[in-house]
Amino acid sequence: MSKLIRGGRVLDPASGLDDIHDLLIEGDKINDLGPPGALDKKLDSVEVIDADGLWVVPGLIDLHTHLREPGEEYKETVLSGSQAAAAGGFTSICCMPNTKPANDNAAVTDLILRRAAEADLVRVFPVGAISQGQKGELLAEYAELKEAGAVAVSDDGIAVMNSQLMRRALEYAQVFNLPVISHAEDRDLAGDGVMHEGVVSTRLGLREIPSAAEDVMVFRDCSLAELTGGRLHIAHVSSAGAVELVRQFKAKGVQVTAEATPHHFTLTDEALENFDTNLKVNPPIRSSFDLTAIQQGLADGTIDAIATDHAPHSTIEKDVEFDYAAFGMIGLETAFPLTLRLVDQGLLSPLEAIEKLTSNPARIIGVDLGRLTPGLPADVTLIDPNREFTVDVNQFRSKSRNSPFHGWQLRGKTVMVLRDGKVIFTEENTSG
Amino acid sequence: MQFRKKDLLGIKQLEPEEINLILETSETFKEISTRPIKKVPTLRGRTVVHLFYEPSTRTRTSFEIAAKRLSADTFNISASTSSIVKGETLLDTARNLEAMNPDVIVLRHSAAGAPHLLARHVQAAVINAGDGMHEHPTQALLDLLTIKDKKGTIAGQTVAIIGDIAHSRVARSNIWALTKMGARVLVAGPTTMIPHDLDKLGVEVFYRPEDVIPKADVIMMLRIQLERQGQMLLPSLREYARVFGLNEEKLSQAKPDVLIMHPGPINRGVEISPAVADGPYSVILDQVNNGVAVRMALLYLLIGGEKDE
Repeated sequence: MSKLIRGGRVLDPASGLDDIHDLLIEGDKINDLGPPGALDKKLDSVEVIDADGLWVVPGLIDLHTHLREPGEEYKETVLSGSQAAAAGGFTSICCMPNTKPANDNAAVTDLILRRAAEADLVRVFPVGAISQGQKGELLAEYAELKEAGAVAVSDDGIAVMNSQLMRRALEYAQVFNLPVISHAEDRDLAGDGVMHEGVVSTRLGLREIPSAAEDVMVFRDCSLAELTGGRLHIAHVSSAGAVELVRQFKAKGVQVTAEATPHHFTLTDEALENFDTNLKVNPPIRSSFDLTAIQQGLADGTIDAIATDHAPHSTIEKDVEFDYAAFGMIGLETAFPLTLRLVDQGLLSPLEAIEKLTSNPARIIGVDLGRLTPGLPADVTLIDPNREFTVDVNQFRSKSRNSPFHGWQLRGKTVMVLRDGKVIFTEENTSG
Repeated sequence: MQFRKKDLLGIKQLEPEEINLILETSETFKEISTRPIKKVPTLRGRTVVHLFYEPSTRTRTSFEIAAKRLSADTFNISASTSSIVKGETLLDTARNLEAMNPDVIVLRHSAAGAPHLLARHVQAAVINAGDGMHEHPTQALLDLLTIKDKKGTIAGQTVAIIGDIAHSRVARSNIWALTKMGARVLVAGPTTMIPHDLDKLGVEVFYRPEDVIPKADVIMMLRIQLERQGQMLLPSLREYARVFGLNEEKLSQAKPDVLIMHPGPINRGVEISPAVADGPYSVILDQVNNGVAVRMALLYLLIGGEKDE
């Protein structure tokens, strides 16, 4: 069965196409693109999908999701996380290894991929652990992880404090062409801090995490990437200093890429004044100075990708005192509309915004996705960029509700999502 | 004017007029504590729960005396921090208490913002009796009352707060209170205990006590917690006492009518020498005395009067 997506504004960052086009899907592949009407005669029986007024973009790719399976299935599963991802316009997600047990071996990777195949929704790309058990002591088995399907290694959530181990990871991962994703945090400097160190933490009397806790580790890891020639990706950049360091090391030709989350480019620490635990994240939401630097970093290309750091937690972890609450917020179902705000603010062109959610993340994990090229898998997302809606966490597909954006008025709704030419989400069919 | 707030969560949320109302009401309640029969029926039939997740003698006793002198029924619930981590959550405790219809819950908790969480989930008035390093509003109010009693006004006074500012809820509430009421606030303490961007709270920041003592009409010494030694914040209590403690030698540089205050409990010989704590400038026991009046006033303003809502 073929599908003709007709009359939409096709945005394909890889080719630079931004025009009203028709897009033809045959089976599970993209067949052709052309000006309106050009493809009409190409096939006899096609299902026509009217995309008038919609954006037609490569399926979004999230570099940073926590699926919580195995171990904390009450927060999220591969299935529920995949449903949330599809509803947010994603066709591929990378899941972090801090499950219970940690994904430091083929057995856990296999389990995740089996669950993903059962769900048959988005592509799930597991990220393996840097160290055995994410303990920061011994290298995990990267050959086994790679063969099982891992696309990167990371000790996300638990920064690698041992600089020698980080050096060896950046060296050894090169054998298997795996990028090393750094959760850059000096855990001694961060201590038992719960929010950004600044005037707001001073007012609230909450223990603080200084920007320097991130900056010193970004410098260390960039320096180690320079030393080893390894491929480094900095996760969830939150500080102005980190943006500047990535910029400098990129200018020197070091193989470093970086991502920023919607919450770090949307919110500032001023929002914490009422102790909302949904705003407790690691790295913390920082000052307006840092926010501006992240937005500039996105605009000038220093920050390659927008990633959610979707971190589901239940009310057990969040309906408690701020000090006791778990770090993290969910983001799959709000990432695109929050990114669209950067377009509205003139910081990114529509193509640049889509690039940071598609072709750039694909390049970072080395998969041939994220572009609308004939012959490639038909992963395509249709979005209504003008549709306004009120964020309602109770409508989320995620099992968790820990979003501080509940009640926000946003613009940009996912209308339809196809993976391998198969519809995995439509607005009407909310079950996914 | 009427006091319209449901809760007292911090000084931050109070307007200067509301602070004045509390202070004026406190003055009228002081007299009750000097009577042979120290009890009035104002809050008869009302229920006040003291929910304390941190050890406290002075504050809890002060609240309890205040409630009893107004004829309220009082109940004390103490929980150690470890038992809440393992067992019932604050919200579950709150829901259980709420089912018994208390009028006021007085909460002391080691986590900043805990009273705000509680207040969002219960009908009862919540009084913050100290939350982590965040606020201790009744302490600041009794400090204001003490300054007003002794100096006549608060506006225009220069108040020096000396010691561990970073970990002090008393300092934070007093900074809000004093700046709102028009006092000039100077702080001094080791750099390791001065929080980031403190000057943006409207205070002047110094390090050495000698830099603020000669200018001060009021000196507030803060308690140093003994465990700070193990947290790389200071080399030793010995050095802290010598450089940052208040002794008679440093006090000799002060104004002749200076007031010495301390929220207690004091570490004699560390942040304050015995001679200064017990000396003629010390109003530490006046502070304790005023604490009862301030807490009576708050209970009355929160649940004693008619509210037109």
